[in-house]
Amino acid sequence: MIPGSINWFKYAAPPRLYALAGMVLPWFAALAGLLTLAGLVIGLVIAPTDAQQGEAYRIIFVHVPAAWMSMLIYLAMAFWAGIGLVFNARSAAMLALALAPTGALMTFIALWTGALWGKPTWGAWWVWDARLTSELILLFLYIGFMSLHAAIDDARRADRAAGLLALVGVVNVPIIYFSVKWWNTLHQGASVSLIKAPSMAAPMLTGMLVMALAFWMYCLAVAAMRLRVILLERDAQAAWVKQALGKLPAVAR
Amino acid sequence: MNGQVPTAATVLSAWDGMRCLFTRDLRLALRRRSDTFAALFFFVIVVSLFPLGIGPEPQLLRRMAAGVVWVAALLAAMLSLTRLFADDHQDGTLEQLLLSAAPLPLLVLAKMAAHWLVSGLLLALISPLLALQFDLPLEAVGVLLLSLLLGTPLLSLIGGIGAALTVGLRGGGVLLSLLVLPLYVPVIIFGSGAVEASVAKLGVTGHFSLLGAMLAVSLVLAPVAAAAALRISVE
Repeated sequence: MIPGSINWFKYAAPPRLYALAGMVLPWFAALAGLLTLAGLVIGLVIAPTDAQQGEAYRIIFVHVPAAWMSMLIYLAMAFWAGIGLVFNARSAAMLALALAPTGALMTFIALWTGALWGKPTWGAWWVWDARLTSELILLFLYIGFMSLHAAIDDARRADRAAGLLALVGVVNVPIIYFSVKWWNTLHQGASVSLIKAPSMAAPMLTGMLVMALAFWMYCLAVAAMRLRVILLERDAQAAWVKQALGKLPAVAR
Repeated sequence: MNGQVPTAATVLSAWDGMRCLFTRDLRLALRRRSDTFAALFFFVIVVSLFPLGIGPEPQLLRRMAAGVVWVAALLAAMLSLTRLFADDHQDGTLEQLLLSAAPLPLLVLAKMAAHWLVSGLLLALISPLLALQFDLPLEAVGVLLLSLLLGTPLLSLIGGIGAALTVGLRGGGVLLSLLVLPLYVPVIIFGSGAVEASVAKLGVTGHFSLLGAMLAVSLVLAPVAAAAALRISVE
């Protein structure tokens, strides 16, 4: 290799990826714990009560980060699925698979906390508003991805079929989003925008951003953990797994 | 296939392959008439069940007509889509198609077109009758028919991707609905939205333009995606 150039495929090798995931996992997990603690203190103790929505607004410290992650993880999943298809890279497809359940969980949390917020604020657990509906459809897309993967016995074939579905889904997500948006909109406008100054008190915004980082770290940690399990499972017959597992009892105890 | 099949010496062009496959699928559908009509009757029965479940108030039915017809059309499409590639997969024809010299996306497009002709088109043609049962105004009936004519090809195109992904899987039918129904959301929104806009005396061109745009995009992308899916499914 030419010195200075990057070997993009270095971590495509399962043993290296396994080691990398194991190395970053404790950092992500610790950061997730610390940031959650800090975010909750800011959100529940320091942030003032909202003038209009009272205490109920505090759900945003969970709701908004979960909703962000739900969309971001779908993009990341589709990206890695696409890499897996284009370069026929096993590890990338496994990473996509590792992201899917976390993405579905984030979508579910966003919907659930949205319902908890909607009841006191809108007076209804559920309204057929654009963002709720597209989030629900996103949940269906995640479920479709995981079900298709689970239905195919051959792991490599399952990777590629589910990867193609993720790519079809990612082309459709903006179409679905805009169609649902034009269909009906009742949701309050976005409070945080990249273009204009946020219409939100500073501690609230800080709390939300800290929580968003915490969610980010949590998702990375859990995805790394799941990726390690998938790698071990897929390569169960390989020498590197036996080596890795052979060392495990000494480390685990 | 009868005498239209070229001899080994002639080279099968893409167009010949498409025409051949298209007429073959149509002929198969005509020979298995009960299968073809089963989906159609399913559509009629589902639509007819709604007034029984909800009540006969004309006001209510008129509001719901477009949505009910569209939901039933989606479900009926699911029913027939499971067999889009399944029969060919079972008797080995599908493998021959994959080996064919003609570009696979075009062959897939021919199959989708044949599927639309014996499912979506029939549904669209019978829909005015059902719309009258729901007491839709005559103008809205025309809009419903047009929206179905524009929208049902999308069901065959997008659904074809799902059918290709699930070919040969156990429980393929349920899985197919799970994969494809979320992707149908924009179609049903603009399809039934057109009718509602027509009832409310708003313009319907916007809805039709969007349906047409989606049709144009899917016409190009869906056969390619479905062909890739077939190659993954049949290895």
